[in-house]
Amino acid sequence: MASDPIVRLVGVSKRYHRGAETVRVLEDLDLEIDRGEFVALMGPSGSGKSTLLNLIGGLDRPSKGAAVVAGRRLDRLSDRELARWRARHIGFVFQMYNLLPALSAERNVELPLLLTGLDRAQRRRRVRTALAIVGLVHRRRHRPNELSGGEQQRVGVARAIVSDPDLLLCDEPTGDLDRKSGDEILALLEELNRRFGKTIVMVTHDPHASARAHRTVYLYKGQIVDRIPA
Amino acid sequence: MKHLPLLFSSFRRHRARTALTALSICVAFLVYGYLAAIRVAFTAGVSLAGADRLVVRHRVSLAQLLPISYRDRIRRIPGVADVAAETWFGGTYQDPKNIFPQMPVDPEALLRIYPEFLLPKEARERWLRTRIGAIVGRKTAQRFGWKPGDHITLTTPIWRKKDGTRAWEFEIVGVFDGATPGTDTTPMFFRYDYFEETRDVAEGWVGWYVVKVADPDRAALIAARIDEEFANSSSETKTETERAFLQSWASQIGDIGKIVTLVLTAVFVTILLVAGNTMAQSVRERTGEWGVLKAIGFTDRQVLGLVLGEALLLTLSGGLGGLALAWWLVARGDPTGGLLAVFYLPGRDLVQGVGWILLLAAASGLPPAWQAMRLRVAEALRRGA
Repeated sequence: MASDPIVRLVGVSKRYHRGAETVRVLEDLDLEIDRGEFVALMGPSGSGKSTLLNLIGGLDRPSKGAAVVAGRRLDRLSDRELARWRARHIGFVFQMYNLLPALSAERNVELPLLLTGLDRAQRRRRVRTALAIVGLVHRRRHRPNELSGGEQQRVGVARAIVSDPDLLLCDEPTGDLDRKSGDEILALLEELNRRFGKTIVMVTHDPHASARAHRTVYLYKGQIVDRIPA
Repeated sequence: MKHLPLLFSSFRRHRARTALTALSICVAFLVYGYLAAIRVAFTAGVSLAGADRLVVRHRVSLAQLLPISYRDRIRRIPGVADVAAETWFGGTYQDPKNIFPQMPVDPEALLRIYPEFLLPKEARERWLRTRIGAIVGRKTAQRFGWKPGDHITLTTPIWRKKDGTRAWEFEIVGVFDGATPGTDTTPMFFRYDYFEETRDVAEGWVGWYVVKVADPDRAALIAARIDEEFANSSSETKTETERAFLQSWASQIGDIGKIVTLVLTAVFVTILLVAGNTMAQSVRERTGEWGVLKAIGFTDRQVLGLVLGEALLLTLSGGLGGLALAWWLVARGDPTGGLLAVFYLPGRDLVQGVGWILLLAAASGLPPAWQAMRLRVAEALRRGA
């Protein structure tokens, strides 16, 4: 495993304001994730897992502290720079797949490539490759509502990897799937990590899923802990 | 271009709603186009009236006649280039509902004063040779299927013939076109000498005079001079520009035009509001999708562009369809079957219609586009889950 951290969070806090009330979601958090690691983030609801994933993925900014991901200090980037950075470095896999219902599988997978300078033929080749990796080339022309949950999530994974990002961020990728489909997705993530060297950060509630990761980071009340209190 | 499938995909999401929205926009612009043609029908004569033409009528009312002897006296007034007498004939063809304007005139004077009436040279010569000859505008000729050589009979309640009947026979010697789309091609003109020798009432009297002035800048002065010429006579005159004359004529039906315009404008605006609201709703429903696009790297501006592009595509498809439909319907003829002097959709209104389409796209697309642009990604994903 490489020692160069792709994610380095130093003293990161995240607070939200609801009227006069301040909600502390993450508190003075330090975290490093090396390139090529497969990390599971676990914790009870409201512990800050998704918020942490959003900060790593540049979907949100820390209230305090420094977030350095793929060599960039995210808290210093403008919205526009952050969007461009996400397009180059991050692939997201969502719990509810979040495919565009009116687009076919291949059109959904193609979406991140619309932000690149690739021509149509190049985009089509990349889409084919991504769909081949997740085993869905034969279903490429189907719309999301014509696919099973497991297939939709595989399309989601293909969309996440099609632009060859450094980091895959998965927010409960098996949370909406049955055990068999969930296992297939986990196997796919493992393969992406092992065969293609993708760094993966996966939020999960499921110990069975976290067992596939190299390391599990536990969050409790906005802080990293060694284990979740009973 | 590479974003087009993404733009079109939103239309496939709710096909029925998209089709109905496009249809409502289509109807709105169909109404707009038709409205423009109706407005032209009511105002074209006024706007196209010759600046160098005056109309001399009886001071009391248009129904009062003027002596034919005024023609030479008007011609002698300095600044008058030409003069032609006209009289309302009031005939109908076959059915009392088939009304259109007919006037007895001096053919040569008429064609000199109205260069916008385009009559073939042979037809002109034939008219001068044929005592019962009449020329008719293209619109009326098409309405009744008349062609040169046809003999027609008009019945008039105003002018009885010397034989005691009211059926007047004419030979169509030519069909004239208008120099511009707005030229009125509904009238029929026939020879004054035939009219004068055949009628048994009001011989030597005419309805009004059309005067061509040499210098349009002096039109008001010449009009005053004409009225002075006949002051204190038994038939005093009122001389005004052709525009003012047609304006007072049009004002008799102008209120109808105004009411139609107001009603249709209300319909147009209401449909646009409904269409705009539907589009805004469609964008709001896809909050989660905008969040996904932003998460995978679409910038705020790109999302703004996508929503605006969507609004533009929808309004263009409906709006251009509506304008095309309006153009086609208007080209098929006026809804009164030929009573309106002119009925066409001016190019200026078509261009203006495209402007309205773009404005609608901006008005209906900008608020939701702005909203989509300002969405925080995490919030959008949460709301869309």
